Parts: sequence; structure tokens; C-alpha cells
Amino acid sequence: MTRASDLTSLTIAEIRDGLAARAFSATELTKAYLAAMEAARALNAYIVETPEKALAMAAASDESIARGEQRPLEGVPIGVKDLFATEGVHTQAASHVLDGFKPPYESTVTANLWQDGAVMLGKLNMDEFAMGSSNETSYYGPVVNPWKREGSNLELVPGGSSGGSAAAVAAHICAGATATDTGGSIRQPAAFTGTVGIKPTYGRCSRWGTVAFASSLDQAGPIARTVRDAAILLKSMASVDEKDTTSVDLPVGDYEGAVGRSVKGLRIGIPKEYRIDGMPAEIEALWQQGIDWLKDAGAEIVDITLPHTKYALPAYYIVAPAEASSNLARYDGVRYGLRVPGDDIVSLYENTRAAGFGAEVKRRILIGTYVLSAGYYDAYYVRAQKVRTLIKRDFDLAFEAGVDAILTPATPSAAFGLKEMALASPVEMYLNDVFTVTVNMAGLPGIAVPAGLGAGGLPLGLQLIGRPFGEETLFSLSEVIEQAAGRFEPARWW
Amino acid sequence: MSVDIATVKRVAHLARIAITEEEAASFQNELNTILGFVEQLGELDVSEVEPMTSVVEQTMKMRADVVTDGFYSAKVVANAPASDDEFFVVPKVVE
Repeated sequence: MTRASDLTSLTIAEIRDGLAARAFSATELTKAYLAAMEAARALNAYIVETPEKALAMAAASDESIARGEQRPLEGVPIGVKDLFATEGVHTQAASHVLDGFKPPYESTVTANLWQDGAVMLGKLNMDEFAMGSSNETSYYGPVVNPWKREGSNLELVPGGSSGGSAAAVAAHICAGATATDTGGSIRQPAAFTGTVGIKPTYGRCSRWGTVAFASSLDQAGPIARTVRDAAILLKSMASVDEKDTTSVDLPVGDYEGAVGRSVKGLRIGIPKEYRIDGMPAEIEALWQQGIDWLKDAGAEIVDITLPHTKYALPAYYIVAPAEASSNLARYDGVRYGLRVPGDDIVSLYENTRAAGFGAEVKRRILIGTYVLSAGYYDAYYVRAQKVRTLIKRDFDLAFEAGVDAILTPATPSAAFGLKEMALASPVEMYLNDVFTVTVNMAGLPGIAVPAGLGAGGLPLGLQLIGRPFGEETLFSLSEVIEQAAGRFEPARWW
Repeated sequence: MSVDIATVKRVAHLARIAITEEEAASFQNELNTILGFVEQLGELDVSEVEPMTSVVEQTMKMRADVVTDGFYSAKVVANAPASDDEFFVVPKVVE
């Protein structure tokens, strides 16, 4: 039998090969992960572990393999962000307001994974309702990044909102994870942890059964250890779903087939507006390195302009809170979750929501309620939606001019310390998403791929932005970066 | 535009979130920071621009107007903090 730590080091592609060759069983693999999870509780990546369910699913996978039927994700141990409804299992979006909620149904994305043979290890920590960039807004406490600065014991954030997903993948306590991205919540934590994360085109993964934050921006996607693993996971997560009217009627692509495909002749746009003031030299250097790698692989580099880039973040902070204030109106203390009594129905609502939501969620609900309120709707919300049209048009024009994908840094910095931003204004925290938020505003696919280590030996990521439904191109290009940069793993301290 | 304390309280009531005086003051600060940040959108002339309604070019899907789901009221109320005979229980709302 292979050693447990070796089993948790395998990529999903290697698990697939190992199970097919009967080198180990799905049960052995799952047991190795359950032991690793127990040993890594200091990271606080899991909110709930589901060992019994995992072992039952692994046993079913072993039976399936014994019958000679190996489905695409057979026996692959997966962590699930707490935003996805999982039947009979804790689903609270890391919020107190959903206290005790166990959905009687399964989200489409997770149902797709189980259908393809994957094994559920548990529910992963996240920022409350996916609102945050450091995983510090979770009701269940912050997640600790498995990475530390060289020679420092300071605990770092894993990024957010999918901080639990990214930390768990980087720490080898799941083989891959589901995540969601409304303004950068897959790509920023992937960049902070040296993992690969892709937010597909809006409409590619069904939103059914995913707790809603900002419905016109929310998209599910995977976080994985390699580009190929991300491709394998996305293939299973994506689908055409009649339960989600924004699910797009296009066949799911051959993502894994795109990994390793030549990028020769592809035109890569470099947007000058992403060269922001005060950008650290290491980020500049990383970006240039990425340009050189793609050029060496035969891609053509062209300078482009996306003139409305600087307006994406302010427009986002109108659109996303507006949609959130509407979506989160359902948490009323009546139908599910927490209930704090009051003298009448209104005070029951007010008390429940006061006790149930954390500070960042309240802040966004209040902003959203304000910008949608009578007299301000046109000045804020309609104007922001018009700006969104301009942002999308910038990208449309670049693609019409023949650009196949756009290369940018994934984040303006490496991971920062826990509580380091505690005294910062909300806007300073929002600036973490400055490179990623444009992609959600335009509904495009974007992937973050590790590209090197910066000061203190912390991972840094590059972002590739694709045409609508251009995920295959992104997988081909990011494979070039992964091959050139290598893979990065944290030194184990937990 | 900036908000005063009374506006913060009015908005909190509209959002059905009870807030203390202390919270109102701190939300006032934070909301004004955020509103100050989004003010730069005013620099753009958007008079000729259509507001975005959908990021993907797809017409809204319609399905047949038939019952496809339901008949499980016990499941619907299973997560309710208070229910009685498959009804949600709330404080008295009509006199």
C-alpha cells in the first residue's frame, strides 16, 4: 500500500490513473484525506467534516471500479464551499443567520460531481455569504493560509471569499474544491495559496442550489492544484441546467483536451490600465515574466486598452450590494435558520437579522438598500449598470480586434497577515479585487495560475481573461505558464 | 452625496436590521467612505448608454406553464424555527 502522505500528494489526474491501475483503493485514498484533515484543523479550512458520507461514497466508488466502471471523478475526494446546498448536510454560507440549516436538496454543481463519482469530504469555510477578500468575515472564524513568509510565524490570510477552498487544496486536505466567484472570490484566494482557480463564463455552471450573493455576477468554478485538475473538475461542474434560466445552452467544452494544446499564433492582449499606481515591483516583474513565457511559446503579444477599467470596482460596489440586499431579504427568521423573537413580526425580522448577519454583510445590505431606495435608484444603480455596459464594451472591442485572451496580474499583492487590514477602511479591502472584478462585470471567464514566488517566498498568480466561453483557450495558455513556472507547495507546519 | 445618521437609521429599518446608536455612527462613516469611492462614476457621460440587463447574449428561457415540482410541505417547513401542522408560525400580524 502507498503511504498516506503520498496519496494526498496525488493530482486528480494521478488519482484517476492510480485507481484505474488498482494501485490503491478509493477507500484508502479517502482515509488518507480524512486523517490529513484531522491533522490540519489548525487551518480552520473545514466548517464540517463528513467522514461517514465520504467513506460510504468511497466504498461505492470501489464497487464501481470493481465492476469496471470508472466515472470521470471516480473516488476523487472533494471539499465543498459552504455556499453550495448539500442534501442533509450543513449549508450556511458561513453565516449565523442560517443556523442549523440542512437543505432537503442538492445544488446542481455538487450533484454533477457526485454523478461523476466524486467523494465529499466536508464543507469548506468562506467569507460570510461570500462577502470578503480575506476569509475573516466567516461566522466560523478565519481560515489560516498554509503558506507563511520565510522566517516568520505570522499567520496569513488565504484570501476570500473561497479561502477555505484554496487553503484546503494547497494543504492537501482535499484533491480539489468547489468555489464561487462574484468579484474575484476564486482567483484571489487561488493566487494567495499557489493554486489554480477558474471562474468560468457567466452561465456556464448552474447557480441552482448555490446560496445567492449577487445573481448577475455569481459563478461557480473549481480550485485545484494543477491546470489539468482544474480542467477535469470544471468539465464535471459545468452543465446546461433547466433549473437556472441563466444557464447557457451550449455544450460543455473539452477542457482537458485543451491542456497542452499549442498556443502558437494566439494573440494575447496586455491592457495598459492594469499597470496601476503603486503596483509592487515584484508584481510588475511577474507580469513581464508571464508575457515572456507566452511569447516564447509562440503567442503574439499586443498592447490593448480597456479604458473603463478604473470604474469597474466602484460600479461593482453598487451593483453587487444592490443585488445582495435583495437576495438576502429572504433571511427573515421565519422559514429557516436563526430566529430571534420580537414584540411583533417587524421586530422579529429586525432582531433576527441584527443577530444573524456579521458587520460586512450588514454594511453591504445597507449600501444596497440605500442605492435602490426611492430617489437614488437612477443616480446610483442605473448609472452603475450603464458603466457596466461600457466595461463590457471595452472587452468586446479588444476581442473584435482579434485578441484571444488577456494577461494581467491576479492580485495587487501577495497574501497579507490575519487582522493586518482590521483598521483599514472597507474600500482598501475592496482594492484586492481590482484586477478580477472587471471580469465578473463583463461575464467573462478568468483563470488564476501560480507564476512564481515573491518576497518572503509567498506565491503570486497571473490572470488570463478569455472570450465568452473561451475556457479552452485559457486552459491551453495557463498550462504554458504552469510548465514554465513550475508548481508551488507550502512547507508543512500544521 | 453623503448620508446622515437619520438616513442610516431609515435605511437600516428598510433593510429590517436593528442597529444601535453606536452602530449607526460607525455605519455612517463606512457608508460615506463607500459612497465617496463610487462617486467617481459621475465623471463618465452615460447619457447615450443603455444599462446592462444581461451579460450573456441569450434570450430568457421559458418553460411550459405546468406544475413540475412540489407536494412536500413537510420538507418545506422542515428547517423552520417554528412550524405547526406544516405551516410557518409567526407573531400575530392581524388584530
